[in-house]
Amino acid sequence: MAAPAGPELERVLREAAAALGRAGAAEGTGQGPAAALGAVLSALSAAGGPAALGERERAQFGAFLRSLARAPGAARPDGEWQRCFLEGPPGLALCILLEALGSAGPGLAPREAAAMLERFLREGRLSALLWDGCQQQAHGGCPEQQDALLNRIVCLPEHVSNKLQGENPPVFFPQNYFPLLGAAVLQVLQMISDSLRGGLDCSISFVSHVLGKVCIHGRQKEILGVLVPRLTELTKSDCIWQRICWRLVECVPERWMEAVVLGFVQRAPGSDVLSRLLGNLVVKNKKAQFVVTQKVLLLQYGHTTAVLQNLLGYLSLDSLRRALLLRVLQELLETWGSSSAVKHSPPEQQLYISKAILICLSHLKEPEIESCRQELLTSMMEGVKCHLDSSLPQLRRLGMVVAESISSKINTEGPVLKFEYEEDDETRELRSLLVQTPPLCVVPSLPGDESEKAGAALPLVPESNKKSQTAAPVMPDKESDAELDSDDDLVPYDMSEDKELKIKAPVYIRDCIEVLTGSEDVDKWEATVKALESLIRRNPAATREVSVELAKILLHLEEKTCIEGFVELRQRAQVAVLTTDPIPVSKYLTSQFYSLNYSLRQRMDILDVLVLAAQELSCPKFHGKPKHSDAQKPRIQLLPGNDSSKDWRRIVDERIKSKTRRFATRQCHVEPASSPNQFSSVAGHFFFPLLQHFDRPLTTFDLLGEDHLVLGRLVHTLAVLMYLAVNAVAVTAMGKALLEFVWTLRFHTDSYVRQGLLSCISSLLLSVPAELLLADMTEELLETQSWLGAASFADMVEKDPDGDCRRLALQNLLLMENLKKKLEAVPS
Amino acid sequence: MRASRRPRDVTRGARRPPGSRGDRRIIAAPLPPRRRSFIAGMALPPPDPQFVLRGTSAAIHTLHFSCGGQEPDLPVLFSGSENGLIHVWNLKTHRVDTALDGHGRKSVYCVETMGGKDRLLSQGRDQRICLWDLAEGRTSVTDSVCTEHVGFCRCSLVQLAQGRWLMATAAKGLQEVQVLELPSKTSVCTLKPEVGAKLGMPMCLKLWQLSCGSQPLLLAGYEDGSVILWNVTMGKALSQLICHQEPVMSLDFDSERTKGISGSSEKVLCIWSLNEQQNLQVYKTHELVNAGISDITIRPDKKILATAGWDHRIRIFGWKKLKPLAVLDYHTAAVHCVSFSEHRNPRERLLAAGSRDQRISLWSLYTQS
Repeated sequence: MAAPAGPELERVLREAAAALGRAGAAEGTGQGPAAALGAVLSALSAAGGPAALGERERAQFGAFLRSLARAPGAARPDGEWQRCFLEGPPGLALCILLEALGSAGPGLAPREAAAMLERFLREGRLSALLWDGCQQQAHGGCPEQQDALLNRIVCLPEHVSNKLQGENPPVFFPQNYFPLLGAAVLQVLQMISDSLRGGLDCSISFVSHVLGKVCIHGRQKEILGVLVPRLTELTKSDCIWQRICWRLVECVPERWMEAVVLGFVQRAPGSDVLSRLLGNLVVKNKKAQFVVTQKVLLLQYGHTTAVLQNLLGYLSLDSLRRALLLRVLQELLETWGSSSAVKHSPPEQQLYISKAILICLSHLKEPEIESCRQELLTSMMEGVKCHLDSSLPQLRRLGMVVAESISSKINTEGPVLKFEYEEDDETRELRSLLVQTPPLCVVPSLPGDESEKAGAALPLVPESNKKSQTAAPVMPDKESDAELDSDDDLVPYDMSEDKELKIKAPVYIRDCIEVLTGSEDVDKWEATVKALESLIRRNPAATREVSVELAKILLHLEEKTCIEGFVELRQRAQVAVLTTDPIPVSKYLTSQFYSLNYSLRQRMDILDVLVLAAQELSCPKFHGKPKHSDAQKPRIQLLPGNDSSKDWRRIVDERIKSKTRRFATRQCHVEPASSPNQFSSVAGHFFFPLLQHFDRPLTTFDLLGEDHLVLGRLVHTLAVLMYLAVNAVAVTAMGKALLEFVWTLRFHTDSYVRQGLLSCISSLLLSVPAELLLADMTEELLETQSWLGAASFADMVEKDPDGDCRRLALQNLLLMENLKKKLEAVPS
Repeated sequence: MRASRRPRDVTRGARRPPGSRGDRRIIAAPLPPRRRSFIAGMALPPPDPQFVLRGTSAAIHTLHFSCGGQEPDLPVLFSGSENGLIHVWNLKTHRVDTALDGHGRKSVYCVETMGGKDRLLSQGRDQRICLWDLAEGRTSVTDSVCTEHVGFCRCSLVQLAQGRWLMATAAKGLQEVQVLELPSKTSVCTLKPEVGAKLGMPMCLKLWQLSCGSQPLLLAGYEDGSVILWNVTMGKALSQLICHQEPVMSLDFDSERTKGISGSSEKVLCIWSLNEQQNLQVYKTHELVNAGISDITIRPDKKILATAGWDHRIRIFGWKKLKPLAVLDYHTAAVHCVSFSEHRNPRERLLAAGSRDQRISLWSLYTQS
């Protein structure tokens, strides 16, 4: 090396430091420092640049720079001193400049130091610094020093902004600094590539450290935004660059690996690029493997579909990695098919896992599928079972889509699973994932397409024919002229009677019963089903005579023919019967809810009918006016204030009700005809029987077991009934019973049930008068409150996996809070 | 202004020759005059049926006239009904001459004559096509073809030469049509759609020739709503037209004007034409009030056509422009079939309609010119 220049440089440095010291002490301006600096610079270049400096020289150069920084402005000849910082060893320069930023004294002012630092960055000294770092690493530099340097490089923006506070120049903002650093990294990589091509060995680990530390500091976007596009370009056809790139990532220390890998996965424009950039990293590095195969797929779920596609595509692109792909698929399927995961993880995560499964499937090849067909089949069966079991429609649909896809993959010849579900954007997106390269034109088929296709199916159809094959009328040819008015000699008859056909429906309720139970005449049956509701509403007296019988028939009525909206027609009729004769019919329906030999559908129908009827009964209506068929739809309750006299009456009534203690039992209380709420008198009949048997499983019906969908509906029904029973006499008793019920079920695993429970509490809080709440059920309320979130454990508000549940719980807490405020405001 | 009850000359039809034959239970009754109101100056009210034939005690599925014979021959009407009987109605006496039982009490849904009224072809739900010899009072099945077709598609006949007939019928294969020569029963070809085409079953067929001796062609309406023109000798599809969204229930074709009409279970009639390149194209569509057409027939003189509707009504249209002419509302259940007679005297020509209400109504319409 430059051995002869060494002593010379040492001497010059010593002199220069002494000259600077003198100048600082004398506070004079002399030629001394300027000449000394000039000598230093020329000696440095003579010695072969900062890279050639040995340990001793470095230390002396450091001392020289430090004294330069400490020297007063006048002692530093302009231009020369900057050159010393720029041309000296970059690590030392950076270190001393950063020190100078913070120090107060006669030397370099912070502003000057910042300007110097800025120049340092702008003139590309960062890359020299990194290169220097690499060299030192290669020659076994001291690790502490390396760490300190690393720290300085990565934390430079924080450092500078700490020192300069508000006067930080924009170049030190992270969004500007890190791209700069990225560019420097690229330059260093270029140098490394050049030296490798020159046959020299090079260490890259310092750059890897820098990259890792930047990434762990959360600046992946800035630095990789510069690195990835350029590296993508460079690695396209150059295997040395590929190796550099692989090495760059491999040398990242384990503690920073996750951030780096994730950054690459998120930013790579495609799986092939990712494969070029990362190589077989996941096979070599345990940490990277864990991140790629476990953390991103199974533990996190916030990544976009493109990230998933990148990642799984990357795994599929190399034979070594394909083994991982299969393992990943198995693990994903295990999670997908685990009933506990389906119950307890949020739907977003399940969607994410489903997406990952579908992408994995799209990458599998025939022999691979062959090898794991049995496992796929088993996990599919398990998964589809627990998904279909879920009471959230989104999860059910997810299960169906994934199961369909798996079955279509494993059964290439045989029959495949086919579910019926409504198409929406999500299912379409999911299914598009199964196709690796989306077809060029995915256009929804137009009606014209089919005829086009059918035409194509017949090879002999001439081309010219195709256009005319649509159903649009074609203008008649010339022959039409001849027959323009040829029909005119035929005189038409009167055709005004030609109306739409109507089949006469029965006029009496009893006839309807006859038709519905025994008639073979399908048309008449149809007409009866259609007419029944209005018939019931028009003849309440006649209906009451046969109400229970009619309710029974309607409950068991099956769809004989394909009538449009049969289910709705039947439901309307059921609601009409129930509202016409509430007590006996509700008694019948609620008893049937817990009896044997009904399908789940029928049981849920019963609940729906009860809710709709309660809604209708609680709506204000006026006697004497015929009800229309849409009457049972929930209508908006008249707002107080529309009619001041009624409003007044109601307020007084309410006040009387709240102040009066009644000793009568609830059945004998019949409200006068003008009553706005007919439901309040019968609310108990609707409500209590439903609570009675929920914990007694029948052979065919187990509410607390697998029929949790019905339980969910039941709970929601109870919530609605409770809400509608506002101002009813029985409301307190109902509330109490409901709180008990909620308490027993509060840890139910199905989120739909939990949502229902929370709505129960909401409606309870809204329906039961506040005074009664406090008087009769304080303890229960407090318990509930602690369950919801006041206590630190088991609180719904924070710990429930379902987002809707959390929201509802919060809402309940707010309601309770309001209640408390109200009570405080009006001291009793 | 209300018209009083219209005097109607219905006794003529009801006159019974002394000692008339036939099953006593099967009686033909004149129609009681119905009250109708109309306002002077407006269109005439639709006519009542000229006669109603009752007594088959089953829904009528098919009708066929044989009236073109020479003077000693009496005009007859064949009717096939759901109980598997074919009734031969004497149109002079309006009585049943004979009841033929050849389909094992399974519904008969197609009856055709081959030449005169003595040679009859019938198709039933027992999956057989029977050939009858009715000459000199015989009532025997001379031959039968097993189609193995389970649908309701009526077969279609065309005369190739004296004594040689071509018959198209839906075959055993789901989408196939088989063409046979009769009476030899030799198979001419089987018409199968392209592999992968989802046409469904054939629903209605019409064999025809442009002129006597030229190549026979077949129009077939399918379950998916399309009509296909087949070249029978080559066994190839020439053209396909998707004219309905629902199954094509019936079609008829006018080979002089090379125009046809089809009806489906929807509310639309579709008229299409065949151009010189043998391509089918839609010519016109007509919207109906009620959905469902079970039969369409163009009168042999190509002036009018009749449709049988699921809405119990028979509709009459001018054939050239599809001008609506009349809506005949007599039946009380879906009309299954309509048929025109081929009387030599145009004034005697009749329209017959058979319905699920077990009645056959006879109408005389637009017989003047």
